[in-house]
Amino acid sequence: MPAWLEDLYWTYQNVVTALGVNGLLALSMYVVLAAGQLSLGQAAFMGLGAYSSALMTLWFGWPFWLVLPAACAAPVAFALAVGGPTLRLSGVYLAIATIGLGEVLRAVYLNVDALGGALGLSGIPEQASPLLIFSVLGVALAVLWLVGRSGAGRAMEALREDATAAQSMGIDVRRVRLVVLVASAVLAGLAGALSAHATDFIGPNDFGFEPAVTILSFALLGGIGSPFAPVLGAWVLTLLPELLRGFADLRLVLDGVVIVLAVLFLPRGLLSWRMPRRAA
Amino acid sequence: MLAQQLVNGVLLGATYALFALGFTLMFGVLRVINLVYGFYFTAGAFLALWLTEAGISLALALPLAAIGAGAIAVVVDGLLLTRLRRAKADELSSLMVTLGAVLALYAGMTAWLGPDIRRLPPGLVGAGALDLLGVRVTVAQVLILAASGVLVGGLLWLVRGTRLGLAIRAMAEKPDAAALMGIDTARLAALVSFVSGALAGAGGVLIGLNFNAIHPYMGEAMMLRGFVVVIVGGLGDIVGALLAGLLLGIVEVLTAGYLASGLKEAVGFAILVLVLWTRPAGLFGRAGVARA
Repeated sequence: MPAWLEDLYWTYQNVVTALGVNGLLALSMYVVLAAGQLSLGQAAFMGLGAYSSALMTLWFGWPFWLVLPAACAAPVAFALAVGGPTLRLSGVYLAIATIGLGEVLRAVYLNVDALGGALGLSGIPEQASPLLIFSVLGVALAVLWLVGRSGAGRAMEALREDATAAQSMGIDVRRVRLVVLVASAVLAGLAGALSAHATDFIGPNDFGFEPAVTILSFALLGGIGSPFAPVLGAWVLTLLPELLRGFADLRLVLDGVVIVLAVLFLPRGLLSWRMPRRAA
Repeated sequence: MLAQQLVNGVLLGATYALFALGFTLMFGVLRVINLVYGFYFTAGAFLALWLTEAGISLALALPLAAIGAGAIAVVVDGLLLTRLRRAKADELSSLMVTLGAVLALYAGMTAWLGPDIRRLPPGLVGAGALDLLGVRVTVAQVLILAASGVLVGGLLWLVRGTRLGLAIRAMAEKPDAAALMGIDTARLAALVSFVSGALAGAGGVLIGLNFNAIHPYMGEAMMLRGFVVVIVGGLGDIVGALLAGLLLGIVEVLTAGYLASGLKEAVGFAILVLVLWTRPAGLFGRAGVARA
């Protein structure tokens, strides 16, 4: 690495990490939106991944290559518990239950002493290098790209456009929705474990209501035409506050306004290009 | 001890019910999950704070704050949701728009006023307490219960007992058919928004009185209770929300009293998930839920 690049990296290490982690979170949002679902539990799943992975490292001293996949277990379990009943109902139930999940977990982290309470957990060894984070992001992008182009991606899109029609075409609606929610929980769990082991500290407020909405703004700004679009949205919304330092207080206002404007005026997002698909 | 806990639970539950009623009314009639609803609650509490700090009595500050919150609700509905309603957008679009809007409002308010907890001026209500068969009830609690009762009763009368209520129920049933029957659905939507916002605002003032901790994100913490109450009571079901609100208040107080105070949010949410698994139309649900 040339010296100037190394300098640049050390100065902006946190931003580099945030770009990778937020990219993964945007993908976690993308997979559910691409199938016409709205889960707002991404931050909660991330928190479960972050806390469970931190405990595996701090209490049991497991190696990181084992911690990283194991960190997906808790988010997936909660996704099944909340998603199982709600996926039978109209979409608003999943959205409501997943926002509630985030709030409840925040209260639990705050009140359970073993989880550090309001102080959170610190001293987590920094084992997740930017190279690892971006490799995971790259693999996730590649997998979602391939899935998106396959028959499964077609089924997700059909489901998004018209669930009843998709069902009558023989698509197992509930199964697709459940698989999509589990995939979303896995991606967010990985993002949580990586970010906990990249910044050495996690706290209850990192995974509450505000991050949950911010993650939605990533996907809505970028759009869901292809897996690259939400990552682009995440990067824009991560870099913009860095460039406009004076407006740090208004970062969340920006995220909220982005959602409102995107839904009302820009339903396809910034990157409306859709991935090519072979003829059936 | 148990009697005291039950009384405290009912009093807490009355405010939960009051808060959730407007939310469920909005969903029942306008078919939107309006997440800005929590902000109306915050707005009501802050308006009451500023009014009472300016020396206005609580008896006047409470209705003024409720009207103010209702007015904000009408503006928000007009700016964000009218457009979507006209385009017949799905429920998830309105949910996302209001989610973005409420984050912007909370964060903007925090940037403006700071995150500190504020307190109502002391001496707004008598500090005394009544002793009813060994159960201690403060004047503030009596006031909260009375105000909640009046507002809930008023809402039920409006919806069930008046011509306006008939129009509201018609619109909830089928907006297009209601419009064909000569009901001005746009004005009615504004009215329902106003009533809901005013209920949330009044809830904010009363909870502000009960816990005396007013800050921009107070509505967000309350929304969790709102979700539990409306789903356990059945989305859009007014009487269901009333009963579920009381139930949640009692369960929370008993949990805090006999188990651990840190668990009270978790217990409410556990009930929510349990109800979704077993009785998705709500505990008292009759009507069919919209299934995907």
